[in-house]
Amino acid sequence: MYGYAGKILRIDIGTKEISKEPLLEKMCLEFIGGRGFVAKTLYEELLPDTNPFDANNPFIIATGPLSGHFLPASGKTHFGSKSPATGGYADSNMGGHFGPALKYAGYDMAVITGKAKTPSYLFIEDDTIEIRSAKEYWGKGSIICEEMMKKNLGEDFQILTIGPAGEKRVKFACISHDFGRQAGRTGIGAVLGSKNIKAIAVKGTGSIPIFDVKKAYAKGKDAFKKVSQKPGFKGWTPEGTAGITDWVNEVGSFPAKNFQTSHIDHSHMINGKKVLERLKITDKGCYCCPTPCGKYGHTKTALGSAYMEGPEFETISLFGGSCMLKTIEEVAYANYLCDELGIDTISGASVAAFAIECFEKGLITENEIGKKIRFGDLESIVYLLNLMSLKQNNLGNLFAQGVKTASERIKQGSEKFAIHVKGLEWTGYECRNAPSMMLAYMTADVGAHHNRAWVLGHDVVGEATNVHDLITAGADCDKRAKAIVSGKDSAKFVIDSQHTRPAFDLLGCCRLQMMELGFEVENYAELYTIITGEKITWKKILEISEKVWNLTRMIWAREIKGFGRKSDYPPPRFYEEPTPSGPNKGHCINLEEIDELLDAYYEARGWDNNGIPTQKTLDRVGLKNMIDGGLK
Amino acid sequence: MNILFNHEKCSGCGVCKLACSIVNFTQVTPAKAMLRIEGLFPAPGRYQIHFCDQCGICAEICPVDAIALEDSIYRINEDDCIACHECVTACPNCVMIIKKEDDMPAKCILCGECAIVCPRDAIMISEEETKAGCR
Repeated sequence: MYGYAGKILRIDIGTKEISKEPLLEKMCLEFIGGRGFVAKTLYEELLPDTNPFDANNPFIIATGPLSGHFLPASGKTHFGSKSPATGGYADSNMGGHFGPALKYAGYDMAVITGKAKTPSYLFIEDDTIEIRSAKEYWGKGSIICEEMMKKNLGEDFQILTIGPAGEKRVKFACISHDFGRQAGRTGIGAVLGSKNIKAIAVKGTGSIPIFDVKKAYAKGKDAFKKVSQKPGFKGWTPEGTAGITDWVNEVGSFPAKNFQTSHIDHSHMINGKKVLERLKITDKGCYCCPTPCGKYGHTKTALGSAYMEGPEFETISLFGGSCMLKTIEEVAYANYLCDELGIDTISGASVAAFAIECFEKGLITENEIGKKIRFGDLESIVYLLNLMSLKQNNLGNLFAQGVKTASERIKQGSEKFAIHVKGLEWTGYECRNAPSMMLAYMTADVGAHHNRAWVLGHDVVGEATNVHDLITAGADCDKRAKAIVSGKDSAKFVIDSQHTRPAFDLLGCCRLQMMELGFEVENYAELYTIITGEKITWKKILEISEKVWNLTRMIWAREIKGFGRKSDYPPPRFYEEPTPSGPNKGHCINLEEIDELLDAYYEARGWDNNGIPTQKTLDRVGLKNMIDGGLK
Repeated sequence: MNILFNHEKCSGCGVCKLACSIVNFTQVTPAKAMLRIEGLFPAPGRYQIHFCDQCGICAEICPVDAIALEDSIYRINEDDCIACHECVTACPNCVMIIKKEDDMPAKCILCGECAIVCPRDAIMISEEETKAGCR
């Protein structure tokens, strides 16, 4: 089918069997690409009771029909597997240039199984596929490894690497690429580590077949022009995602001290302006992106200096808020360290904040940790990041499992402030007074992640709006001070967003031009139609997105024993402890309201009272033939 | 016409390269782009655009005089070209390519499309009749 490269690459890294199979049109039409391909492949090929670190756990790389084409931000790459962090469905995506290169090499998707006997890396150059020794790279940091490989292979290779944490199977290990882009979440890097794969290098010199190249080019140019005419093009781009820092703090959704409260006094020291003033050397764009979030820079702290990309909002909120680091330089240094060690900044910071709270409450001792640790202290954070990433002692080993497992072992009430859903650490928005965003976290299909639905704007101003308009309108939260749980409204906001945002993860391009700048979704349906030659509407894309959402839910239900409503609950801190300070002082959602949100959400989705899709719903969304007769 | 480059504004997005391949070869393949973006990472952390400044070394080296200056632009005459690729090897900026389909070399002819599509104004068109270069 036009728009796609046309082949699936299959590699068993253990037996060294390599095969290339045609990408079937049926699969393209039914699942589009990206996370649709990931979900379909996992549902069909993941064997029951597979341990995430088992050789049989497939590691999937998938692009979409729009990846690599001439349109704004066509550089997204998706990774999927059974998650080491949660045991459930995992997909994680990153920008950069890797996915387009894979398509130019001729492959829309790669499925890697098996386990190499010795440290290896995959070499892909068009038709040439080789499994090569990674002896000289094993043990190296992600950034150093990429630098070495670029030097050895050439500038025009796109490279993804794991760091020491991935090699050691830390459950929130990430994949790194292009000196600062990561597929951070769900521990996807540890799956590569478990297969003894240190890196994948790809170079593609081919062309992607396209239905109407002239028309597609004209439409692509038109799309770039329209994006450049949005007010956010000049307003939002300079600071990128870091530009939202002050607004989130002012509306009282900033995670502070492991989410004990939701407001900090030093946001002016760690906001987007400070990134520009104190760190930035250059904007760093993903493939074909006109509005680069990436700000590449240099940081200097008492503990060291480093070149690094970022920090972006999530890293700022978790290290600057949850861990309380005081300056952007310190946040950036922690960011750099996570990148080099190869861990997700979100989970890494969350584990560090959890550890410090445990220590402050006397649940773990200085002797066990090896050092006194405290919030706001860079030395403590650096120590903890090394401890968990390198599994340096018993506690390091425990923290490498994430906050859920750590709290289950430490017990003594620590479960109440282990901030996660389904085993995945919560990202940068505190939600005790944001019921819609709370529901978004509870039901996100990888665990507590914001990128499946971002509806904080609904909670604050009561309606959908793009982020640039939202933050430039200021932080007047009069309406929000009285935010009332309305299950039906919240369910609608969340479901709409859960279909819209992940639709971009099917297409293989970035959502930020739509989300942050308000570039209209219909443009993407038009681009798809011109590129593939298959007429599609945005409504149809959303229907496929809903199908995939139901499929990922079924994977959870199959993989996790006893999966259901309780798997969607947030940590007790959010429904037992009223916010102690800041604009939302005194607010707290209660368990009854949590259940009301879930009731409304399940009903709107056509799921049963325990949150499992009914057969009728599976039939309606188009999964009848795939999942006939309920759970496999 | 002339093209000016501002390396500091480049974010490495590669839109210019993709447009170059589509406009000149009607193919979605940036490997055919007749300019390069080099990422200097992790240090010093910036991008360098490598481009054809119409220096003429390709014409000087060509053993069959298949490259000639026309209106300030060096163009390859494919009828005369023997596909020896000496020009590609000699290009000081490494921005000439070899087309897979016919083994012929290709070079920048200052079509200006890279400048038209650059979303960062890192590549700009100038009407001044001087060599392409940095601002």
